Amino acid sequence: MNIIVQMWRSIFRTGVADSPVHRVFRVVVNFLLHLHPARVSKDGIKLRYTFCLGGLSLFFFIVTAVTGGFLMIYYYPDVDKAYASMKDIDEIVPFGTFMRNLHRWAAHLMVIFVPLHMLRVFLTAAYKPPREFNWVIGVNLLLLTFLLSFTGYLLPWDQLSYWAVTVGTTMAENTPILGAQGPFSVLGPEEDMHFILLGGTTIGQPTLVRFYFAHCVALPGALAGLMALHFWRIRKAGGISRPL
Amino acid sequence: MFKPIIKIHDATAVSTERVSRRHILWGVLYWAGWGIILGILCVVGGAVVRLLYPRVIYEASKVFKAGRPEDYKMGSVNLVPGRSVWIVREKEGFYALLAKCTHLGCQPIWYEDQQVFKCPCHGSRFYKDGINFSGPAPRPLERLHISLSNEGRLVVNKGKVVGHDYTLQT
Repeated sequence: MNIIVQMWRSIFRTGVADSPVHRVFRVVVNFLLHLHPARVSKDGIKLRYTFCLGGLSLFFFIVTAVTGGFLMIYYYPDVDKAYASMKDIDEIVPFGTFMRNLHRWAAHLMVIFVPLHMLRVFLTAAYKPPREFNWVIGVNLLLLTFLLSFTGYLLPWDQLSYWAVTVGTTMAENTPILGAQGPFSVLGPEEDMHFILLGGTTIGQPTLVRFYFAHCVALPGALAGLMALHFWRIRKAGGISRPL
Repeated sequence: MFKPIIKIHDATAVSTERVSRRHILWGVLYWAGWGIILGILCVVGGAVVRLLYPRVIYEASKVFKAGRPEDYKMGSVNLVPGRSVWIVREKEGFYALLAKCTHLGCQPIWYEDQQVFKCPCHGSRFYKDGINFSGPAPRPLERLHISLSNEGRLVVNKGKVVGHDYTLQT
């Protein structure tokens, strides 16, 4: 029995005694319970005020991250295998179709819900001080969401992916200053943004690996880091959706 | 200018124009420290940018041979496999068009029956000579340098764009 008490103490740090003080203390020192604020204003829990749009965006990110992890087990970022491994996921991997469709739909919904969240914040004027820098972080989160969708588009390595990424990276080639074909260009065709994105001058194996790295490591990492900052600043600015 | 890192308790030493040697030395160290940190960050950032540029790219050569002139029928448009280049033979001679739409880089398709290039991505159209006449494409298709090698083979240089009236007489 002693060992159970010790385990409880080591996890919850507050002992097993039960009283209102102990309960509050348990909430305060517990990480999971600490994720939710100790106090929430009445406006904060009104559904029609936020429509849970930010929370839903986070939910769809978690779904894409988890299902994406499962897809990574069966997907090969190799131009000779990528399409076949995608077909394998769709046809022979147990629950592969389900995982891929969850990933796809959650990604689509994230692209829909992040701008909706932005619209809600705009309409309720929640971007005003002291939350104005959090709006800037949010704009970066939106950009990262779009970039995640764009990089994920190439990975099935079919005709749609190939030409969609051709179009997207040609836009990068026509960017001012950074693109070789754009206005005020200073960089050559083997130095510009297009070359960095493709790892060459045409879409090929280096492009697929670069997009895979960006889609699975760089962009989700940056998104998770910025999200942490975004949520921390919400709490520091006085909680969600409350007139300040 | 900067916050002193140590407090100087001797008030008379800093009250007038006199500045203690220790104060100056700490200031130098302070800014030198930030300078070193900034320098390291610049080196690391530069290394990351440099890392994104491969030293070697495994791509097909920009210059390639495309068979003998007799292999091409008069008036035909021929896509060279794997090169994204059309070689067109007309009465005036040969010319090579880059098979890359000038709008956003997709590969147009040659329609023999309509004698027109159509881009499947956004519907740009080009005449046989590469001039754009419909859709969003802002410029004619790029014409590439084409020449004859010593052995009488056609040689296309994708790195060398030529004018829209350039043809190779044979």
